[in-house]
Amino acid sequence: MTATFLILAAITVAGTAAAMGLRNAVHCVLALTAGFAGLAGLYLYLGAQFVGFTQIMVYVGAVAILAVFAVMMTHNPGEPEEIFSRFWVWGAVIAGAVFLTLARAIRLAFAPADATPATPAPSTTVQQIGDALMHRYVLPLEIIGLLLTAALIGAVIIAMDPKDDPTLEEDAE
Amino acid sequence: MIVAAVNAGSVDQVFVLAKHALLARTPDALQPLASAIISIIPLLVVFPSLFAITTVLERKGLGRMQNRLGPNRVGPFGLLQPAADGIKALIKEDVVPAAADQLVHFFAPVIFVAAAFVAYAVLPIGRNMVIVNLNAGVLFFFAVGSVVELSVFMAGWSSRSKYSLLGAMRAIAQMISYEVPLVLASVPAIMQAGSLSTVDIVNAQAGYTGIWPHWYLFTPWGIVGFGLFLIAATAESNRSPFDLPEGESEIIAGYFIEYSGFKFALFFLAEYLGMFATSALGITLFLGGWSAPLGISLFTVVPSYIWFFAKLLGFICFFIWIRGTLPRLRMDQLMGFAWKFILPMALLNIFVTGLWRFLPASPLNSIRWIVCAAVLAAPCVVLSMSLKQKKKLLIRTYHFAE
Amino acid sequence: MTPLEGCLLLSALLFAIGLAGTVTRRNAILVLIGIELMLNAANLNFIALWRYGPHPEALTGIMFTIFSIAVAAAEAAVGLALILAAYRHFRTTNLDRMNRLKG
Repeated sequence: MTATFLILAAITVAGTAAAMGLRNAVHCVLALTAGFAGLAGLYLYLGAQFVGFTQIMVYVGAVAILAVFAVMMTHNPGEPEEIFSRFWVWGAVIAGAVFLTLARAIRLAFAPADATPATPAPSTTVQQIGDALMHRYVLPLEIIGLLLTAALIGAVIIAMDPKDDPTLEEDAE
Repeated sequence: MIVAAVNAGSVDQVFVLAKHALLARTPDALQPLASAIISIIPLLVVFPSLFAITTVLERKGLGRMQNRLGPNRVGPFGLLQPAADGIKALIKEDVVPAAADQLVHFFAPVIFVAAAFVAYAVLPIGRNMVIVNLNAGVLFFFAVGSVVELSVFMAGWSSRSKYSLLGAMRAIAQMISYEVPLVLASVPAIMQAGSLSTVDIVNAQAGYTGIWPHWYLFTPWGIVGFGLFLIAATAESNRSPFDLPEGESEIIAGYFIEYSGFKFALFFLAEYLGMFATSALGITLFLGGWSAPLGISLFTVVPSYIWFFAKLLGFICFFIWIRGTLPRLRMDQLMGFAWKFILPMALLNIFVTGLWRFLPASPLNSIRWIVCAAVLAAPCVVLSMSLKQKKKLLIRTYHFAE
Repeated sequence: MTPLEGCLLLSALLFAIGLAGTVTRRNAILVLIGIELMLNAANLNFIALWRYGPHPEALTGIMFTIFSIAVAAAEAAVGLALILAAYRHFRTTNLDRMNRLKG
């Protein structure tokens, strides 16, 4: 439990807790970005460089921007509304129960005699990841390609304004 | 590290040797920290100085292209203008709008500058002169580059002003659209070098056949890839002709309208630093990094970092030249250009790189050149014809009240 | 407390925070963000177990995480597009107001 890990964990937890608790939706997304950055730092700390950089590129650079655009486009300044639903107590209780169950299971799984000596970080090169992607995991790779294409086309069609849709016919007034 | 220093000239390695000498004098416990600091300080000194030189070069250059003198009051031929600009930026009052979101407004330029500086960590400035040789260096560069979009949004949204929000949305749309072709245009160089590490890519281009260098620029896919990379880099840095989000005659500085004084200077600095970083990556990927253009002894005796900065200066002059020459693209033209021309050409370029690699290397590479150039040229012509404006421009007739 | 245990506890905490946000927030976009957080917590779990578990040279944890990031990004895109389409109909992103099926 080095200082680096504790700092990164603190940043992540603070960012994500703020993301779920702040009032303004844009502030929530920006705090979430800090949480994602903390997670990327954790991946780098654990020695998964490729995944850490991919996390920054995809989550901070794309998903966060997407969420921010969605917040901007659905911004309704007229209504002052509650941020939590009426049954927020139950939500907190359930989340707390889930965390306590998981924490207890994790604690029980690690007996005190399990203090294994720290293994050095495995040195994975991008070459090895590329080899794995092209040989062992080529089928999931192709399926992900199809999935992303379908998601791209689907998202564009769903979010398209009906006024801009060239396939709909004009109503003859 | 020191292994290659013995082979290269000592002028070439003077900075590396100086760093090793300094490190030998620090106690062992502090060595990682000292190594990091010694590597970073030149970066913090050199590139902002290059930024200062570029501002005066740009204003004088643009002035000459527009048939006027640039700034010529401060210092001989106006060369001390950056000092005057810096002092002005520092002593100007920092006006923050009352309705602005204070925390986000403050952090936007900070994140922009931080991202711009961090991107330099993987760029090899000379032989053995890279701050950190990451195994996934190019991926790191693009990951850090994508943080810039978030800071642009923060700047535009936190100012709570219509102009700045509109400018920010335009800027983000443009940057996202051109980020995909930028990454795809660099994939052929990565494919040919077989590694994502910038040092490996430069080393793969550092040889010479006779006197001709092995730069990736001198291949058909390299030419096209370099051209696409240049266009995408210009758009990513919001430079003319892609500077609609911040054109002064359009939207009065777009997303950094509400910033004044030092924060404005930080945005300006970060934008130019981003331009230098992307140019440096282009040099690394296509122009052979720090290697000399010809294999003759007159050129190879010149230190490697001199060549790197010479190429970088060439890029800067090219950007300034383009800014003074081409008119600004409209938003829909900009986006259409990205998605309908640059992206298909970048994908085709990746295919042609594979073709180049597997065709036989006959003498002078003639078969490879002809086939690859033909496969690239035909779709280029077809795509550009399909993007032409369909409307014919009629002669304008004026109807005045009679 | 071994490093692996610390990482697993952190991932459980992130999952619980994401779950709490998903279940209690009213804005549809923030619900989606909570789901993304839960996916991220699972990714952290994968990487921690890859690092400290047996056979890290098999790269299984890294592969799974890469695919998980790709799927999560695609799902976020489609989810936000759905929220935009729903906003166009209901004129609000408040999930408590989206309580009628008839348009």
